[in-house]
Amino acid sequence: MGTLDTLFAGTRAEGRAALIGYLPAGYPTVDGSIDTLKSMVDSGCDLLEVGVPYSDPVMDGPTIQAAADEALRSGFRLRDLFRTVEAVSAAGGKAVVMTYFNPVLRYGVDAFSRDLAAAGGLGMITPDLIPDEAEPWLEASAAHGLDRIFLVAPSSSPERIAATTAASSGFVYATAVMGVTGARDAVGVEAEALVARTREHTSLPVGVGLGVRSGDQAAQVAGFADAVIVGSAFVTAARTGPDAVRALTEELAEGVRRTPAPIG
Amino acid sequence: MSTPENTTDRGVTLENSTAVDDAVENAVVESTPVQDSTTPQDDTTAAQNSAVHAVAEQDPHAPGAHDPDARGHFGPYGGRFMPEALIGALDELSAEYDKARLDPAFTDEFTRLLRDYAGRPSLLTEAPRFAEHAGGARVFLKREDLNHTGSHKINNVLGQALLTKRMGKKRVIAETGAGQHGVATATACALMGLDCVVYMGEVDTERQALNVARMKLLGAEVVPVASGSRTLKDAINEALRDWVTNVDTTHYLLGTAAGGHPFPLMVRNFHRVIGIEARAQVLEQLGRLPDVVTACVGGGSNAIGIFHGFVDDADVRLVGIEPAGKGIETGEHGATLGHGSPGMLHGAMSYLLQDEDGQTTEAYSISAGLDYPGVGPEHAWLKDTGRAEYRSATDAEAMHAFRLLSRTEGIIPAIESSHALAGALVLGRELGPEGVILVNLSGRGDKDMDTAAKYFGFYEES
Repeated sequence: MGTLDTLFAGTRAEGRAALIGYLPAGYPTVDGSIDTLKSMVDSGCDLLEVGVPYSDPVMDGPTIQAAADEALRSGFRLRDLFRTVEAVSAAGGKAVVMTYFNPVLRYGVDAFSRDLAAAGGLGMITPDLIPDEAEPWLEASAAHGLDRIFLVAPSSSPERIAATTAASSGFVYATAVMGVTGARDAVGVEAEALVARTREHTSLPVGVGLGVRSGDQAAQVAGFADAVIVGSAFVTAARTGPDAVRALTEELAEGVRRTPAPIG
Repeated sequence: MSTPENTTDRGVTLENSTAVDDAVENAVVESTPVQDSTTPQDDTTAAQNSAVHAVAEQDPHAPGAHDPDARGHFGPYGGRFMPEALIGALDELSAEYDKARLDPAFTDEFTRLLRDYAGRPSLLTEAPRFAEHAGGARVFLKREDLNHTGSHKINNVLGQALLTKRMGKKRVIAETGAGQHGVATATACALMGLDCVVYMGEVDTERQALNVARMKLLGAEVVPVASGSRTLKDAINEALRDWVTNVDTTHYLLGTAAGGHPFPLMVRNFHRVIGIEARAQVLEQLGRLPDVVTACVGGGSNAIGIFHGFVDDADVRLVGIEPAGKGIETGEHGATLGHGSPGMLHGAMSYLLQDEDGQTTEAYSISAGLDYPGVGPEHAWLKDTGRAEYRSATDAEAMHAFRLLSRTEGIIPAIESSHALAGALVLGRELGPEGVILVNLSGRGDKDMDTAAKYFGFYEES
C-alpha cells in the first residue's frame, strides 16, 4: 500500500475529504516556497502539490502563469524542485509534483523519477501527458514506487475515463470545469457529475481541482469528492504573506471537515 | 456554374462535378466570386493545364505511406501531448477529418474554393535575372504569393474552415505571428460566416500593425497576448487556453503543420496542392524534375506542402531553410531543427529550442512568421531519416535576397520566403549552371515594407 493510499484511507476513516494545496516551487524564491509549503502543512494541508514553473503553461490561468514567470525570472532550476520536495518531506509534509511533461522529458524520465523518489516525493501529476503517450513514465513510476496521477475532464468519454483511471494510482485528478486554473466564484456543476462518472470506473480516490478558493466551496466539493485541490488561491495568498497562507489553509481545512465525504 | 468540361480546362479535374456544384451552392455560392468561362483566368497556358491534370492524378487527401500512425506519430515524433480536456475535441476532429478526406463532397468543394476563391493553381515563374546571382543555376519560383490573401496560408484555412462548418461549430480561434495566418483565417471566416478571434503576441501586433487592421476590417477580433515572450508561441498558448474553455462551440484553426494529432497531418494535406502543382509545372516547363526543392521553415507548413510533391522522388533534394536571425553563434535565432533538440511543445513531440531544464527558449528572427521555437513533427522525422536537409539563413542573408529578387525580377517576396531565396543563392553556387532549384515563394512582401524600409534606411533617405 502506497503512502497516498494510506493518506486517503485515513481521511476516509475520518469521514472527510483531503485538502491538497498547490504552490510552484521557487515562488517567489526557492527558500520562500519551502517556507510557504511547510506552513501549508502545519496549518492543515494533507498533501502538497509542488508545481514546476514552466515557460509554456497552457493549462494555467493568469495567477499561476505570473507566479511561474516570476520563479523562472528569479532563477529557478529543476534541481531546486528536488531540494524543495526534500525539505518539505523532511519537515513531515507529503508531496507530489505537478509538472508539464517537457522538463521531465529533458531531465530524463527515469532520472527524474529516481531523483523525485529519493527526495521523498510520492508521485507526479501530469496535466499535459495522457496515458496513451506515457509509456516511459508508466515504467519509471513503477520502478521507483511513484504514484501516477492522470487527469480526467468533463469532456472525457467513458472509454477515456476507463483507460485513464486504469493507468492511474494514488488518486485521480478531476478538472472541475472546462478551462484553465484560477479561482472562481462557483465550481461548476460539471464537477459532481464528472466525479460520479469517474467512480463508475475506479475505486481510486477522486480529487477535484480548478477554481476552489473558499471554505464554503471546499465544503461543497468535499460533499462529493475525496480531495479538494486548491491552487491559484494559495498563490495569491503566498503573494500577500505568511498570515494569509495560514488563514486560507485553516479556512479550507475547516471546509473539508464540514460535510461528511461519501464513503467511496 | 462551370460545366465538367470547362472545369477540366480550368485546370482542376473534378470527378464529381455535380456534387461539387451542389455543395458549393449550399455552402458558399452567395459570397464566392465564382468565375464563368469567359473570364481571363480561363485562358490558361498549357503548363497550367498540365499542372491541373497532375492535381487530378495525385489526390492530396488520400491516405498513404507518408501518413503518421493512427495516434499521429511520425516515427518518434508527433502524437498528442495535450491536456485530457482537449483530447475529446482532437478525437472529434480526427474522426471528422478522416471522413472528410475521403468524401468527394468535401474534397471537391475544397478544390473548387482553391480555384475560384484563392486563385489556384498558382504560377510557376522562372527567375533568370535572380539566378545570375545563384551560380547560374536555373531558379523557379512557386508563386504562393499570388494566392488570395498573399500567401500559402489560404490553402489550410479554407480546408479547416470547411471542416469547422462540417462539425457544426460557429466560432473559430487562431494564433498568428506575422499576421498572414490571422488574415487568412479572418478571410475564410468572413467567407463562411464564422465568428473569428485571433490571438497575436503584443510584439507582433506592433511590427505587423497593417495586418491587425486587415483582420479587424474582415470582422475578426484581434487579442494582443502580453504573456511570456509576447510572440507566436505565447499566442498559441493563449489560443489553447481559449480552446480548452470553449471547445464545445469552437474550432482551433491552427496555422501550421504542428500541434497535436491530427493537425500536422491535416494541415500538410491541405498544403500538398503546392507540391503537386509545382511538380507538374516544372516538368511541363523544363521536362525534368528539379535537383533541389527549397522552402523556409518556421512551423513548416509551406515547406511540408511543397516537399510532399517530391518526397517520393529520391533524386530530388528537399532543403528547408530556418531563420539564423542575428547568427547562430549569437543565440538569437529560430533554427529549431538545426540547433534545437527533441522535446514537446504545443501538443507534439518534435524538435524545439529549449534550455537544459526543458524550458522553451525564445526564438528570434527579423521575420515574425519564422519566429517560433518549435517545428512541425514531420520535419523532425524527415530530418532524422535524412530525407530532408535543414540549413539556415541570417536576417542579413534573407534581407539581401529580399532586395535582390525585388530588383532583378520585380517580385517583392515575404521576408519569410526570402530565407528560402537566400538558401537558393547558396545552393545554386553549389550546384553550378546545370542545377535546377525550385523555391517555394510562400508569400508576398507587402506586409514587410515597414520592416524593410527601416532595415534599408528608406525612411532616412526621404
